[in-house]
Amino acid sequence: MRSFIDRRPVWSLIIFCGVAFLLWMIFSVWPAWLIDLIGRKKVFLNAVFNGVTLGGLYFLVASGFTLIFGLMRNVNLAHGSLYLLGGYVGYWVASTTGFWLLAFPVAFIVVGAVGVFLQIFVFRRMEGDDLRQTLVTIGISIIMADLMLWAFGGDFYNINPPSWLGGPVETFFVTGVKRSSGDLIFMKYPIVRLVIFAAAVVIGVGMWLLLNRTQIGMLIRAGVDDRDMLAATGARIQLVFVGVFAFGAGLAGLAGVVGGTFQTIAPGEDIRFLLASLVVVIVGGMGSITGAAIGALIIGLAEQIGSVYFPTYAVVLTFLIMVVVLAFRPQGLMGRGG
Amino acid sequence: MSVTDPTASTLSTQSAFGVNDQSEEERARTWYERIPAAYWVLAVILLIMPAMASNFTLDQIFGRTFIIGMIALSLMFLAGYGGMVSIVQMTIAAVAGYMVAIFGTSAITAISLGWPWWISVPLALVIAVLFGTAVGALAVRTEGIYTIMITLAIASAFFYFARQNYTLFNGFSGFNGVLPPKLFGVDWRGARALYYLTLFWATLSFLAVLYVSRSPFGLALQGVRDNPRRMAALGYNVNAHRVAAYAFAALIAGVAGVLNVWQYAQISPGTAGTGPVIDILVIAVIGGMNRPIGPFIGAFIYVVLKTFAIDILISMGLSGDRFQLLIGISFLLIVFFSPDGILGLWERVRESRKRDPLTDRGGGAP
Repeated sequence: MRSFIDRRPVWSLIIFCGVAFLLWMIFSVWPAWLIDLIGRKKVFLNAVFNGVTLGGLYFLVASGFTLIFGLMRNVNLAHGSLYLLGGYVGYWVASTTGFWLLAFPVAFIVVGAVGVFLQIFVFRRMEGDDLRQTLVTIGISIIMADLMLWAFGGDFYNINPPSWLGGPVETFFVTGVKRSSGDLIFMKYPIVRLVIFAAAVVIGVGMWLLLNRTQIGMLIRAGVDDRDMLAATGARIQLVFVGVFAFGAGLAGLAGVVGGTFQTIAPGEDIRFLLASLVVVIVGGMGSITGAAIGALIIGLAEQIGSVYFPTYAVVLTFLIMVVVLAFRPQGLMGRGG
Repeated sequence: MSVTDPTASTLSTQSAFGVNDQSEEERARTWYERIPAAYWVLAVILLIMPAMASNFTLDQIFGRTFIIGMIALSLMFLAGYGGMVSIVQMTIAAVAGYMVAIFGTSAITAISLGWPWWISVPLALVIAVLFGTAVGALAVRTEGIYTIMITLAIASAFFYFARQNYTLFNGFSGFNGVLPPKLFGVDWRGARALYYLTLFWATLSFLAVLYVSRSPFGLALQGVRDNPRRMAALGYNVNAHRVAAYAFAALIAGVAGVLNVWQYAQISPGTAGTGPVIDILVIAVIGGMNRPIGPFIGAFIYVVLKTFAIDILISMGLSGDRFQLLIGISFLLIVFFSPDGILGLWERVRESRKRDPLTDRGGGAP
């Protein structure tokens, strides 16, 4: 942090001003000219909250993707299909048993098992051949998409959260002042989204601790840096590969349940979330968990704020961010090398 | 964190007609004598095809094969000679198609400008090439496997953008009634006329790819594919060669896109949806990315499978709408067992037949 400020004083100032302005926009009571300029604060705050919580969801999907890529150099283009599979499994569990919480571990385990299967029977057979692995994941995603369409049809599914998570909660963010009495109006927001976002943060911090503070994390980081050397020191690298693939796939499955609660699950969502994870890791930097978190936050915010303030060009905004990052930092914001 | 060039191992290229191992005696022959007999037979069959085949076959099978084959050919040029697997080629074709609809005539008169074809078509091609070059300039900033990710992201972004944007792309429904000009009094949407039109452009782009691959530029591009650092050390501008390859591929894809919009008389975001975009890669891989003829073989197989999928699937005891499953499984089998496609499979069979059992070497020139 210190060194970044020393190296890039101008950029640091710009970033600092941007963040300060954003915080002011979030916490202050908006003056009249600002409301005239871009509309009511409630709309803006809702967009920010939706963006941040969507960023949490994107982080869950993209962190598995980036972890798998970082360690195995495997661009898993079937990651979106794993997400969708998790969503369907979660829906099935939640609707048959009635326990929403049960959907998470079941989706994690089932999709993780699919990941183990893929790693052992498909990717291990073509290790070190990046292009072929990628092509195989495309084939798998085509097949999985069609099998899921076959099994679940083209309907939209929605996983209902339990009643104690239903409904909105009053937050401490001010949206405006009542004209009659002068009381502050506080924002109401669906509690389930806040809970899920908190869970995403916990998972993210947990992953960071696991990677940076434990023996297994040390193995994985060593593998990211130099896979061959790690294998030469006698570490059982195949076991690490299977474990990481299972964990990454399981996270995608978990995210599927979250996505099914947030939004809907339907054919086509797999591609949407694959695209989101691609953009997130291109922006954040391949193989970096912190990068995935920053990228997910940026993309989630850009998507939601874009769709509120300039609806027809929302996609272009996301895309422009990717182009700018590629132009100035091809390895991504947190990527190494280059 | 540099990724070693993944394509060098799987997509190593022998140029078509075996130009690398020309013997002295072969050099003495004129160019048309060097073309294998099979190509002459194929040419004659394709030329007299309209006399034998039905209109449906000409239009829906061969017309489609040539158009999709051209788009896959542009991918094959990038991947086979440049080592850059770009998924964006179908999107470039769609851009050209959209531009023809926007500048030319269509049923959506509120947006279409109605300019004559000799302005709208070249303009569409120019824009498609500019788009392809811009994508290339972005994609070459990273290497190897990243290219797939970036081009896939761009392709999907274009799809969602075209679907959302109503002022320029007319949103979800796109344009219909985009008809080819009635040049020389011929209805170019008629089965025979379309067949010859697409055949002409497919042959032309095939020959163009062949020519460019043997030109100094093409050879330098193959050098860049095999060892970019050495080529840079030799004084070649590596990125400029790659971007130029993108531009050339975009031209081929653009021409195919114009033909595509004329054949269907309509274009919508679905034309460049993620399904069709990835199908182009599937086609090129199934056909084989080592030779320019591969994409056309892949396209033919794909179109035939797609046309007769219902019959094939029902004969296998499945319902008729499992076409994607069929394509996915055949793609997976090809990638698993023959990474260089059907052509590679064929070559290996031929080579193993010729192999000398004592020295274990291939017998003679291909």
